[in-house]
Amino acid sequence: MTEDNKAKKLTTKKTPIPEQDPAVRAKNFNEVTLGYNEEQAVAEAERCLQCKKPMCVEGCPVNVPIPAFIKAIAERDFRKAINTIKEANVLPAVCGRVCPQEIQCEQRCIVGKKNEPVGIGRLERFAADWERECGMECLLPQVAPSTGKKVAVVGAGPAGLTCAYDLAKIGHKVTVYEALHGAGGVLMYGIPEFRLPKSIVTQEVEVLKKMGVEIVTNAVIGKLITIDELMEEYDACFIGTGAGLPKFMGIDGENLNGVYSANEFLTRVNLMKAYTFPNSDTPIKVGSRVAVVGGGNVAMDAVRTALRLGAKEAIIIYRRSDEEMPARREEIHHAKEEGIRFELLTNPKRILGEDGWVTGIECVRMDLSEPDESGRRRPVEKSGSEFVIPVDIVIMSIGTGPNPLVPESTEGLATNKWGYIVADEETGRTSKEGVYAGGDIVTGSATVILAMGAGRKAAQSIQEYLLTKK
Amino acid sequence: MAKILEKRLIRTPDVYYFKIDAPLISKKAQPGQFVIVRLHDQGERIPISLADINPYEGTISLIVMAVGKTTNEFVMMKEGDDILDLCGPLGKPTHIEKVSRVILVGGGFGVASLYPIARAFKASGSNVVTIMGARSHDLLVYEKEMADVSDKVIVTTDDGSKGIKGVVTAALKQEIDENGADLVLTVGPAIMMKFVSETTRPYGIHTVVSLNPIMVDGTGMCGGCRVPIGKDTKFACTDGPEFDGHLVDWNLLMSRQKTYQDEEKVSFMQWKKKHEHINIEGK
Ligand SMILES: Cc1cc2nc3c(=O)[nH]c(=O)nc-3n(C[C@H](O)[C@H](O)[C@H](O)COP(=O)(O)OP(=O)(O)OC[C@H]3O[C@@H](n4cnc5c(N)ncnc54)[C@H](O)[C@@H]3O)c2cc1C
Ligand SMILES: Cc1cc2nc3c(=O)[nH]c(=O)nc-3n(C[C@H](O)[C@H](O)[C@H](O)COP(=O)(O)OP(=O)(O)OC[C@H]3O[C@@H](n4cnc5c(N)ncnc54)[C@H](O)[C@@H]3O)c2cc1C
Ligand code: SF4
Ligand code: SF4
Ligand code: FES
Repeated sequence: MTEDNKAKKLTTKKTPIPEQDPAVRAKNFNEVTLGYNEEQAVAEAERCLQCKKPMCVEGCPVNVPIPAFIKAIAERDFRKAINTIKEANVLPAVCGRVCPQEIQCEQRCIVGKKNEPVGIGRLERFAADWERECGMECLLPQVAPSTGKKVAVVGAGPAGLTCAYDLAKIGHKVTVYEALHGAGGVLMYGIPEFRLPKSIVTQEVEVLKKMGVEIVTNAVIGKLITIDELMEEYDACFIGTGAGLPKFMGIDGENLNGVYSANEFLTRVNLMKAYTFPNSDTPIKVGSRVAVVGGGNVAMDAVRTALRLGAKEAIIIYRRSDEEMPARREEIHHAKEEGIRFELLTNPKRILGEDGWVTGIECVRMDLSEPDESGRRRPVEKSGSEFVIPVDIVIMSIGTGPNPLVPESTEGLATNKWGYIVADEETGRTSKEGVYAGGDIVTGSATVILAMGAGRKAAQSIQEYLLTKK
Repeated sequence: MAKILEKRLIRTPDVYYFKIDAPLISKKAQPGQFVIVRLHDQGERIPISLADINPYEGTISLIVMAVGKTTNEFVMMKEGDDILDLCGPLGKPTHIEKVSRVILVGGGFGVASLYPIARAFKASGSNVVTIMGARSHDLLVYEKEMADVSDKVIVTTDDGSKGIKGVVTAALKQEIDENGADLVLTVGPAIMMKFVSETTRPYGIHTVVSLNPIMVDGTGMCGGCRVPIGKDTKFACTDGPEFDGHLVDWNLLMSRQKTYQDEEKVSFMQWKKKHEHINIEGK
């Protein structure tokens, strides 16, 4: 090893990744993080110690062979790097961008014990972007000859798309049914362009189509066709309909004009391109002062979107403290850089309005109590600390639940008390023969990579089922 | 993609009938449901009620009134054109059961979506009375069609140019007083449905209204279509669109319908400017 490389190995920090300047990016919808070039990627790859027992791999829900792909990058064999990643993860360009690495692969990285961990997500993104640049031919996998078996996939989110990819690759005829007019699920309607360019999602969907997967949009399963009807036509079925039902707090003023669910706000902007209104036809209310209630990824996406639409002040209202915010650390960091105001340990009591329109949000300060049995510190109200934040838009981002359309219309499909579909964690098997499920509709809102993992496991068990079925 | 098979002007100058090739939807659709259409890549998603369902032909019919940008673009489409996105059937179907007398009240072009509902009630053996109103006789639509599927049709016009002079609620009250009713069902502008509900409230007659809040997805995902019904907040696209009219918070519904008024104007003005050269009458 050269002296030069040794010196690099000792760097305590991740190789910096180029980003748009916060002041500039707060006014546009272009991607915030620009990605490594080859030199930067190689430099970062050389920080990896190539552990014999790599802890990082255990931290990844789909066990990407991390040291192997990083080694390939260090050796500048980018083709090998991406092929290695794809053994485990079919959407690396997405995961490299949106995985919460700090609680998954990078949390376990040994380098992270003393210094900043290896930038596994950034390297994964680099390899995937390198491949995307060389076009469709590179992206298309070898597809096995037709088996004559047909599988229906319901929902074109990461769970459904991954399941479809794996099944199509081994020669099954797959048809994906999607309720909206575009495929991608949350990747398309929820996560904004500045974090995940939509061109990446559409390219992945193109790959599926080229592999022979048929994608039927505008097909609301449960309304247009039922699961039972699909099972008459197909040999098996996978349900990946996500957890897209928005929750509201049930406080006064929530139905005033100017109160959105994060889902509606983000759908208008992302899927319907309201940020280009009136060139696109879907309008959105651009607030001058916007409050977003919640502390997850969805809340960060909504608040940063509001800022980009032109809000003078965009505020996060979250009832616990910084530490407990479930959003990716990187998003919180980016939001702070962009000038988002954080009102932590604060909870809304009611929304105030005039003539039907929002004028403010009354909040109360919170204290964190001692940890309870579950180890969680419950927020409790500080009485008498009520105050009003004047705002004209409020966005509720306090979580989502399962959409009941499929369970309601499918007899014998077991759900739990919250309405999520009951499915075996390892196989995705549901209470109905031949019907599998995975992703947010089983686990509740989780992550892209977990949804993909569930789609992949279900594809494996569907394959076993199809082989044993006469 | 869904092909327009037939287009007819049914009320000059702004209301059109479309028959659309939609084999799958037509097999599942029930009276009271709606579809969501998106006309082109930059287009918005707008809900339109089913004005007819024909599973044998594999078609559905829509009646569209040109009010703003998207509906104006819609009525400029021609036979043979394709609608980019057609999604449905959405919403819960009308609950149809045999009752001795059901009064259907339609305002303006809303009468059209009562047509499949009237036909279903008639088929169930119920006695069907239709009350249809408009400002003037030339604004009435679907008179003949409604006569085919009703036992009795009462027409009202504000100016007295046809039928009874006055508003539908007066005719409704008179009809209830004279002949009674087990059920009232109404489709039309929110303000009319509100007054219909107020008219029936003292009689305690169950009154079903078909609400039309602003929608995006139509699948329960955005919550934009939420309306307060009694103590609950419901999503009109999945829990409705039909609700108990006596429980609806009408003021909130009407206020929310106006959310995008300013933006809608901008959008429509820009569109009109672009289409100045076209004779809008000849759409
Ligand atoms: C704004 C936002 C930001 C997020 N940020 C991150 C992040 O940074 N990192 C991360 O890992 N995770 C993030 N998540 C979570 C992640 O996106 C989800 O966990 C993941 O998308 C779940 O995948 P899925 O395939 O189960 O469902 P979804 O992505 O929800 O896809 C379900 C699909 O099914 C369709 N569908 C629903 N019902 C029907 C029906 N009846 N018939 C036909 N189709 C139907 C829906 O339209 C949708 O397209 C975020 C979520 C949101 C909303
Ligand atoms: C369940 C339901 C059934 C409907 N059935 C019919 C029908 O059979 N025929 C018909 O002509 N119209 C119907 N409508 C109304 C139709 O959707 C609106 O007229 C249309 O969206 C207006 O769009 P625009 O761009 O032409 O006008 P705009 O200028 O954008 O809007 C005019 C008015 O229409 C309403 N509106 C606007 N956007 C939406 C939206 N996305 N969803 C719902 N309402 C909106 C608003 O109250 C607005 O003030 C129905 C609406 C609902 C909710
Ligand atoms: S898929 Fe996500 S968790 Fe796994 S290695 Fe990649 S970035 Fe890390
Ligand atoms: S734990 Fe860190 S250093 Fe070790 S192999 Fe994984 S990425 Fe490399
Ligand atoms: S239209 Fe989005 S939930 Fe009803």
